[in-house]
Amino acid sequence: MSNASNPTHLRYSKEHEWLSPAEDDVATIGITEHAANALGDVVYVQLPEVGDTVTAGETCGELESTKSVSDLYSPVTGEVVAANQDVVDDPSLVNTAPFEGGWLFKVRVAEEPKDLLSADEYTAFSGS
Amino acid sequence: MSTAPRLTALDALHRSLGATMTDFAGWDMPLRYGSERDEHNAVRTKAGLFDLSHMGEITVTGPQAVELLDFALVGNISTVGVGRARYTMICQEDGGILDDLIVYRLQEQEYMIVANASNAQVVLDAVTERAAGFDAEVRDDRDAYALIAVQGPESPGILKSLTDADLDGLKYYAGLPGTVAGVPALIARTGYTGEDGFELFLKPEHAEGVWKALTEAGAPVGLVPCGLSCRDTLRLEAGMPLYGHELTTSLTPFDAGLGRVVKFEKTTNEGRFVGREALEKAAERAETAPPRKLVGLIAEGRRVPRAGMQVVVDGQVVGEITSGAPSPTLGKPIAMAYVDAAHAEPGTAGVGVDIRGTHEPYEVVALPFYKRQK
Repeated sequence: MSNASNPTHLRYSKEHEWLSPAEDDVATIGITEHAANALGDVVYVQLPEVGDTVTAGETCGELESTKSVSDLYSPVTGEVVAANQDVVDDPSLVNTAPFEGGWLFKVRVAEEPKDLLSADEYTAFSGS
Repeated sequence: MSTAPRLTALDALHRSLGATMTDFAGWDMPLRYGSERDEHNAVRTKAGLFDLSHMGEITVTGPQAVELLDFALVGNISTVGVGRARYTMICQEDGGILDDLIVYRLQEQEYMIVANASNAQVVLDAVTERAAGFDAEVRDDRDAYALIAVQGPESPGILKSLTDADLDGLKYYAGLPGTVAGVPALIARTGYTGEDGFELFLKPEHAEGVWKALTEAGAPVGLVPCGLSCRDTLRLEAGMPLYGHELTTSLTPFDAGLGRVVKFEKTTNEGRFVGREALEKAAERAETAPPRKLVGLIAEGRRVPRAGMQVVVDGQVVGEITSGAPSPTLGKPIAMAYVDAAHAEPGTAGVGVDIRGTHEPYEVVALPFYKRQK
């Protein structure tokens, strides 16, 4: 398995989501390469819908891989303003481009937890 | 149990290949090397290489070896010729399945039983106990063998370049001693993938050399190392049962739809074998009141059914999923399930699976999902 290189401009949750810096209060959310590797081939993605309110640390969807299904958590609280239809149509984007085309949803951030990690901290936390 | 996981003779090699390892029945085994879907597709279209050294080998020898096996197992082992293999089961006195097995007849008076890793000790103990009174020796050979499988349509060509054995003369479900890459091996035309392929039983110290030779010989035709994850999707597509999923001690072979492996017409031991009385009753029950039937389910949507989920019709539970996964070959989620006979016919309408609260529609089909072109 390749060593994940976690982009330094992102922040990370301990549930292995990444969060882009908010532009106009809107942040993009995905899962890390480390998490994608651990899941194996992702075959089904259920995302929150536009207009849903998501809460930091709470389940907002699911990621199904060959062997298992995992809950998707939101790293922040806010309103969902976009969901990535490309990844719903082709879930393998989560594996092939977790930090880019495999992004999952965008949130208008109302509240952000204080304990999000930097890339270095996340690398140390996840071991990759 | 807090014991350290057991490592196969190929452990260092797996790690050097970057395998994701997983605990399996107390062994540290490769789950996948890269994408399990790519590995699956390689076995279907080219070839895949598996380390199966966790499987349990038991050697049975002696003048009454075959009498012992006929008594201990449900199959008619007397009819297995030298160099042939047989799929069979070992049952409890009450007919419950202890394990499914492959028995190879290596010599006139020498047999090798291959048991599932998770049941190897149970099978060894049962056969040893059942050997009392027979002039036969039961030997634990788990440490004597590494097991490498090469599976897929390119596997005969790959192996041919490395062996003196007559592979063209080696039938499906047959096994003969020979050499592979210059070392002795029992070469068997068996597998668990639904493809043509071979299983090579070798001394552990020879495993790495043979693995590397196969890798080199197979590289030009697309052979890749494969883990247990794709092995599971391959066997599921091929409709093959897995112990702990489709087979358990609470089911008899008749309940599992595999009553054909039980042979009542044995000539040895005056027809006596462990579980006979219970299995006769199970066979009668299966005639008069059909038990739940093992069927295939194909998803209309994309959500994947998993073992333990309920099969529902009109809100009523009519069965249970035993194995489920996304099928790389069909491009849809598939599952095996035990379903009430009334809803088990292929094409039965209105069958769903309760996936975390929603009833997703499924099509009932006959097994297997995939059959290779011969």
